[in-house]
Amino acid sequence: MTPSFKYRKIVSIIVAGAMLLPILLQAQTAEQLIEQARQKLDQVNQYEAKGRMKTNVTFLKVPVATVTIYFSKPNQMRIKSEKGVSFVPKGAVSINLGQVLSAKDFTILDAGDDKVGATPVKVVKLLPNDDNSDLVLSTLYIDPAKSLVLRARTTTRENGTYELDMSYGKYSEYGLPDKIFFSFNTKDYKLPKGVTFDFDDGSTARQPAEKGKPKKGRAEIYISSYKINQPLPPGIFSSTGTR
Amino acid sequence: MQPIIEVNHLSKHYPGIQAVNDLSFTVLEGDVYGFLGQNGAGKSTTIRMLLTLIRPTSGTIRMFGMDVHTHRREVLSHTGAVIERPDLYKYLSAYDNLNLFAKMNGIRMSRQLLMERLDYVGLAARWDSKASTFSQGMKQRLGIAVALVHDPKLILLDEPTNGLDPQGIADMRNLITRLSRDMGKTVLVSSHLLHEIEQVATRMIIIDKGRKVTEGAVAELLSPAHTLVTIETNNNPVAGTLIREKTKASVLTVDADEIRVQMDKSDIPSLVSLLVGAGINIASVQPRHSLEDYFLSLTNSGKHVEPAAD
Amino acid sequence: MWNLLQIELYKISKRPRTYIAFAAISAIVFIFQFAFKADGESYMNLMMQSVQDSFELNKTKAINGYFMCYIILNTLLVQVPVLVALIAGDAISGEANMGTLRLLITRPVSRTQLLMAKFIASFVFTVVLLLWMALMALVLSMLIFGVDDMLIFRVKGEESQIMQITADDVLWRYTAAFGYAAVALTVIASIALFLSIYAENSIGPIVATVCIVIVCTVISNINVPVIDRNVKPWLFTSYLVGWKGFFYIATNADGEPIKGSLENWPAIRNSLYILFAHIGVLLGLSTYVFNRKDILS
Repeated sequence: MTPSFKYRKIVSIIVAGAMLLPILLQAQTAEQLIEQARQKLDQVNQYEAKGRMKTNVTFLKVPVATVTIYFSKPNQMRIKSEKGVSFVPKGAVSINLGQVLSAKDFTILDAGDDKVGATPVKVVKLLPNDDNSDLVLSTLYIDPAKSLVLRARTTTRENGTYELDMSYGKYSEYGLPDKIFFSFNTKDYKLPKGVTFDFDDGSTARQPAEKGKPKKGRAEIYISSYKINQPLPPGIFSSTGTR
Repeated sequence: MQPIIEVNHLSKHYPGIQAVNDLSFTVLEGDVYGFLGQNGAGKSTTIRMLLTLIRPTSGTIRMFGMDVHTHRREVLSHTGAVIERPDLYKYLSAYDNLNLFAKMNGIRMSRQLLMERLDYVGLAARWDSKASTFSQGMKQRLGIAVALVHDPKLILLDEPTNGLDPQGIADMRNLITRLSRDMGKTVLVSSHLLHEIEQVATRMIIIDKGRKVTEGAVAELLSPAHTLVTIETNNNPVAGTLIREKTKASVLTVDADEIRVQMDKSDIPSLVSLLVGAGINIASVQPRHSLEDYFLSLTNSGKHVEPAAD
Repeated sequence: MWNLLQIELYKISKRPRTYIAFAAISAIVFIFQFAFKADGESYMNLMMQSVQDSFELNKTKAINGYFMCYIILNTLLVQVPVLVALIAGDAISGEANMGTLRLLITRPVSRTQLLMAKFIASFVFTVVLLLWMALMALVLSMLIFGVDDMLIFRVKGEESQIMQITADDVLWRYTAAFGYAAVALTVIASIALFLSIYAENSIGPIVATVCIVIVCTVISNINVPVIDRNVKPWLFTSYLVGWKGFFYIATNADGEPIKGSLENWPAIRNSLYILFAHIGVLLGLSTYVFNRKDILS
């Protein structure tokens, strides 16, 4: 299983869990708003979104990339750079909250109320019943007024915690965000020894954190337009994204 | 006749070696000047000093009436030289070598002119061959062509017959004669063989251990009037003084074994009676036939002092 | 002077050894291009190994002509000093060995002029060699691998970085880098020429120059703070790789590269000053020594 597929699945599970909330949760309000969210997302079979991706990782000095995001039900997703070389955080593929799966085996806890920015939200925690699952915990912050997931925090065994922050605009009726902040963990970048003879200009980089300690990375995706439910270029998901 | 080379009190000192010691001589316009000395006598060092390859420790060199160090360019533009082995750019053809050195002298020569020059030294047929394929004699001739390419007034030849076969030596002799007689060049030629100098030179100098031994017209130095006489007596210092004071003979050396004098052969009897009359016992009196014997004796006793030995 | 330079260049052009350098460069470049064409992904995987899990990268696009040239130069500029020394180290000693030096010096040109002609000829050779390298490593790679954004993998202090330079921001950097390399290699040529004055065969100065470069490079690469602070700034080899400075792009507060910028121009400029100073001092010394030298060859 490729890592990207793994993440896709994780998020699929998260989202699936979110969709199951109405059944398992006692709170009637939560059930309603999640059902509404599910319905919104259900309208989208596939989309092609254009936007700009800004990657913010300490060791990565890369320009803003113009990207196109392709999605197709149930869980196919691809981020493609329009021109130039781009680093796509593998976890970023999991920004497709729109997946609706028939998943099971979650314990769902109502974690009360909170706020994302100024918006009051309902906090819901999902715990997998399978002890061997890579997913440890997922927390969803749902805006009850608009039935939109504003934040999703997911903890996995292997890659720590991802966090998705989403803002909605024109496409909120489909449950599609136009601003996504994606936080993830990455290992410290280390070049293999002896590969480069670098020009030591006397300046030293800031003292690095302890070796091997995971670092926070952040990707910001600003989506300018969605083309919803229109045919996608054929074969767009056929490769894993390295081509 | 104008002096072309005037060397005054020239010395070159290397650590531990006095290669050239207080040497003075003059080369006149039109001379074929023989520079005679054993290997290591200081010939090459002197010639290299003339060409500014080596800086003298002391003394002055004037050529064409100019100091060689202050007027290097002018002096060298009138001078051509073949120093020891006539080494050239092995990877270039005879033609290209000659053309390159013409350019080094700031001269642009037509193809026809260059070919004429090659023809002059008998290399026209091999003009396009790389110098690496040449025999020693051919290299020597090409070296001469290079030395003559800028039509110099003075030509310095350092041991030009070294390593040549008899034919090559004869060719070289002819060439020197032609340069002097037909082209009016002044030539300085060095050798460790007297007979070579004898055959071509008009004037000559003999040096040993960096010092001048004798200098003069070849005809004069080799005439019976300048016969070299070796005298052995029971009291050389007294005899030497006596000869110096009472006769016309010139005393060259006086040491415990023998006295060497240069004198007219016909004066020997009177010299003998002078010494006998002064109560000196004579062991032997040996007249030498020519300078050659004297030179040979020098060569046999000599010690190599010249660092740039050939 | 122009005349003398022409003669020196003519001599260099007529020597078979001159073309060894061009052949060597072509061979190395071809091997690199072949290897990366065949399996460039493995190299990318190696460079990316520690973050392979976190990022996806279009490796085919990343292995483009610009990137290739950087990789090739990275290796080649370590070897090229040998090729420059091969010519400059031979300039005087080779003539002494052949016996042509005394012929040259007895021509009506000053020794200083002769030395300068030889120096400039070595410089011209260096520049032509670099142009050949640019043609092979850059132009040919651009044709084979195409053109795209350029990735720079770099160790900065204790940290590794990946920098991305957009495709339209690359060519001027290469122009500047090749210019810088010409200055750096001219230092090597000056050393070789200086040593060449003392020798009567060309092997000595060539080997000595290469040894000096190797020893200084090794010392430059010892990562001990004492050496970093006290020795490195005095070694010219520390500045030989300064051409890379033109690929260290400045970033804004967000870590985003600023097009057309340099991270540390003063450092590059100072390196250039130091290299120029080396050339000046070596040429001065060479002129002094050569003018006083007794030519005994």
